Amino acid sequence: MKVIVLIKQVPETTEVRINPETNTLVREGVKGIINPFDTYALEEGVRIKERLGGTVVVVSMGPPQAREALQDAIALGADEAVLLSDRAFAGADTLATSRALAAAVRKLEPYDLIICGKQAIDGDTAQVGPEVAELLDIPHVTYVRRIRELEPGRVVVERMVEGAVETVEMSLPGLITVVKDINQPRIPSLKGIMKARRAAIPVWTPADVGISEELVGLRGSPTVVEKVFVPQVERRGEILEGSPREVAEALLSRLEALGVR
Amino acid sequence: MEYFFTEEQKMIKDLARRVARERILPVAAELDEREEFPAQMREWFGETDLMGVGIPEEYGGLGGGVLETCLAVEEISWACPGVATAYAANWLGIMPILLAGSEEQKQKYVRPVARGEKLAAFCLTEAEAGSDAGAIRTTARREGDFYVLDGTKQWITNGGEADIYTVIALTAPEKGPRGASCFVVEKGTPGLSFGRKEKKMGIRASATREVVFTGCRIPASQLVGREGQGFAIAMRTLDRARPGVGAQAVGLAQGALDRALAYARQRVQFGKPIISFQAIAHMLADMATQIEAARALVYATARTIDAGAKDFAKESAMAKLFASDVAMRVAIDAVQIFGGYGYMRDYPVEKLMRDAKITQIYEGTNQIQRNVIAQELLRESARKG
Amino acid sequence: MAEGLGEFIRVLAERCTGCEACVGVCPAGAIEMREGVASIGDACNLCRACVSVCPAEAIEVAAAARAEAAEGQGVWVFVEHRRGQVAPVVYELLGQARRLADVLGTKVSAVLAGEGVAALAGAVAGPVGGGAAGPLGAELIARGADEVLVLDDPALGDLREEPVAAALADLVRERKPEIFLFGATALGRSLAPRLAARLGTGLTADCTGLEVDPERRVLVQTRPAFGGNLMAVVVCPGHRPQMATARPRVFRSLAPDPSRRGEVVVWPVDGSRLVSRTRLLDYVEEVTETVKLEDADVIVAGGRGLGGPEHFSLLFELARLLGGAVGASRAAVDAGWIPYYHQVGQTGKTVAPKVYIAVGISGAIQHLAGMSSSDVIVAINKNPQAPIFKVANYGIVGDLFEVVPALIEAIKRRRE
Repeated sequence: MKVIVLIKQVPETTEVRINPETNTLVREGVKGIINPFDTYALEEGVRIKERLGGTVVVVSMGPPQAREALQDAIALGADEAVLLSDRAFAGADTLATSRALAAAVRKLEPYDLIICGKQAIDGDTAQVGPEVAELLDIPHVTYVRRIRELEPGRVVVERMVEGAVETVEMSLPGLITVVKDINQPRIPSLKGIMKARRAAIPVWTPADVGISEELVGLRGSPTVVEKVFVPQVERRGEILEGSPREVAEALLSRLEALGVR
Repeated sequence: MEYFFTEEQKMIKDLARRVARERILPVAAELDEREEFPAQMREWFGETDLMGVGIPEEYGGLGGGVLETCLAVEEISWACPGVATAYAANWLGIMPILLAGSEEQKQKYVRPVARGEKLAAFCLTEAEAGSDAGAIRTTARREGDFYVLDGTKQWITNGGEADIYTVIALTAPEKGPRGASCFVVEKGTPGLSFGRKEKKMGIRASATREVVFTGCRIPASQLVGREGQGFAIAMRTLDRARPGVGAQAVGLAQGALDRALAYARQRVQFGKPIISFQAIAHMLADMATQIEAARALVYATARTIDAGAKDFAKESAMAKLFASDVAMRVAIDAVQIFGGYGYMRDYPVEKLMRDAKITQIYEGTNQIQRNVIAQELLRESARKG
Repeated sequence: MAEGLGEFIRVLAERCTGCEACVGVCPAGAIEMREGVASIGDACNLCRACVSVCPAEAIEVAAAARAEAAEGQGVWVFVEHRRGQVAPVVYELLGQARRLADVLGTKVSAVLAGEGVAALAGAVAGPVGGGAAGPLGAELIARGADEVLVLDDPALGDLREEPVAAALADLVRERKPEIFLFGATALGRSLAPRLAARLGTGLTADCTGLEVDPERRVLVQTRPAFGGNLMAVVVCPGHRPQMATARPRVFRSLAPDPSRRGEVVVWPVDGSRLVSRTRLLDYVEEVTETVKLEDADVIVAGGRGLGGPEHFSLLFELARLLGGAVGASRAAVDAGWIPYYHQVGQTGKTVAPKVYIAVGISGAIQHLAGMSSSDVIVAINKNPQAPIFKVANYGIVGDLFEVVPALIEAIKRRRE
């Protein structure tokens, strides 16, 4: 089984800094970790390898420091890692990111299964998985909590939807996004960490994966962030008064204004 | 303080810290409350390769020395000294084989421990033989191609949980300590049984049991080294492992300090956080200074052993003595700083105080350590004339 | 021309010598000669074998042309449904769509795909033209739609992502809407990105605000990032449709207006072209255990003021409505009213939800230690001196047995 895991390096804390010109996040100087959902994806990929044999290749698109996340992935059991990194990739929205990742996956064909984490904790969109699948013209299933059966050409999974669990059969090659319920990620082993240190992680540019620079990065992004702002919540200590019905209404209005319904 | 560790040492320390904080810490209080031996030993230390830190590469380990093991023990102790005891006891358990065993024995017994597949335990102490280790009475009678062991070992860490037991028993009881030999006994051997799990003041996650030999028959190939070497092997084993106890004490003390510090910053009395009162600030300063001194002594001792020093009985004794006394003092002070909350089991420091006491007792009581140090002083002084 | 990764392979006619080398090498059989010049059809899978083999360098890979910016009319809403039940978020989106369309001066179309949905929508079968709307069609129109576009085919049953995305893409290319909204449900979050990638357009997830800038004629989308610590304002200036998803209960639906008029239009679907490589084998309702306390965005916590274990049911109800979890102070746990698992505080869990509603909790320092990092703290307590009011954003001094039920009622009222 050849499994490809798509990971993203995200900031460790949710404290944010914004580049005022491009309206994109400043990523330097902030400690990076593997996006937590992706650690579940990677763990699942490594377990598949341990059960059925094969290889796990990890791919990430990011600035040069994303290399650390790929090293961590190797320490956790991935066999190979590839970093897509270039000025041209920077500032990408989900579609531009998906195009770059799909181009990289193409270069790694043939493969059986692509696994992604449900979403990245910074962007929170959960779009890249399904978009990559579409661009590669392969099927996908999101929110997988368990792989029931897996064999060449076919996988059966349990998928979480609102209030229910679907059992879905998907032909391979295909892509799944996974939720935290699927496993508990391991801690890396010392031997794994040492192997990761020595690992050669190639860096691919748009030319390396055969994609035009116009299709990736800020240039290739159909969406543009016009502005970012930090939602203001002060501890105002406002005492609401009135009848129970009145205070209930007043409270709900204030919560709604803050985005809670 | 910067100790200028190598990349590999930093890697071991960082990984041990990660396991300690992410996996062990969340369950430490519960393990203590339930006096439960952790089922996750293999997951925490086997799968991460931490169990093999102090074991040579030829036998499946990482090839690290005493210092590397100390770094791991220290980080684990910060989270739970009981788990650290269970962890370090494996190293202690296979140490006799590493020091004096045959190649086949090392491959057969050390490798699975390095991989975290099996646990080990070292059996020396008996009811009548604590500090006076020479007073052991367990015998190993030669019968053709076998030895038959009879006797009872007491307070054995990992007793009942371990698969591999290194046992010091008398092959020639008439010779006293010089008649002792070292053996490997595997769990499941007929005649090997275990007493009940002891109920301890502290390090409750560690399993402590009597190990009972009743006509326990083992192949002669399971003799480690030669007959009569048992005591020498035991003493060399303890000398080498002793800094590990020091490291455990340092980690425990650091844990107590960190928690006391956090509490002192947050607890407000008389309108101010208590850390702003000199009484508390001075206590914390003294605690931190003692911990650093203990740490430096433990690391220096470990480095000296790893560098190949031939005689390190004195240094080893000093490191264990000093660090354990520091741990006890610091843990008591931490409880004091927490005040009433420190006495409550809901807060973490009373456990550390209960855990600390054993470090002054096991692997040679601190009184014995002082004897050793004094003896070495005398010997050195006599040599100089 | 075939599109994938937003690029395609094309023949530069002026260079082509008609040698037909490419025809032979194409593994997909996608190349044919037309009037002496090679032409690449839809079966092209972008393998680039032809590019390599062409001796005249007449074949190249090019980026797909950008959609023209201002093209497109109409605000569409995808109608998510299951077993004849429309997901409530659809009505919420219709409410927004109506508002946006009115600013733009255009129509709202509800897009209903599935098997047997034409009957549900109440359309007379046939290409364009409506009939008397059935119950579903009427409801969608009453809630803001001007038309209901129906895609009915067995291949669309179960709403599998691939065939639905393919069918929707065809529809979009024909009708060219400028905005297309989806609920950010499990289905929506799986389907919308697939469609967006297929169309090569922008998709903005989990919008909490949707506005139209009438001058630029763009949809201005506001959404949270970094777990809500940051808000981003996003636009999709050069591609259509502008796609967006919104979570249930973020927007409010319009009250149904039965006097509204509209049509139901059945759109022809070529089912043979719609293939799904995923298959639904089973669907089992599962009351997934309530959100884990540590992960919950909203926590409703009860303390000594509750007076007894039975009253926690009120808090469970409130938490359920808010999609949150139930917490407790140590006093409540020690009294045996609720298991230790729910305890928040120094000797319980430390939580940092968006909203923490402390009901009948005095606010002792040990409790605060466990929840003071919450974004918004609401306190309900009958003692105005309770320390909890010092850290709360909003405080209600009153009888929790009146206030909490009033809150529950108010929420239910808003949902209707």
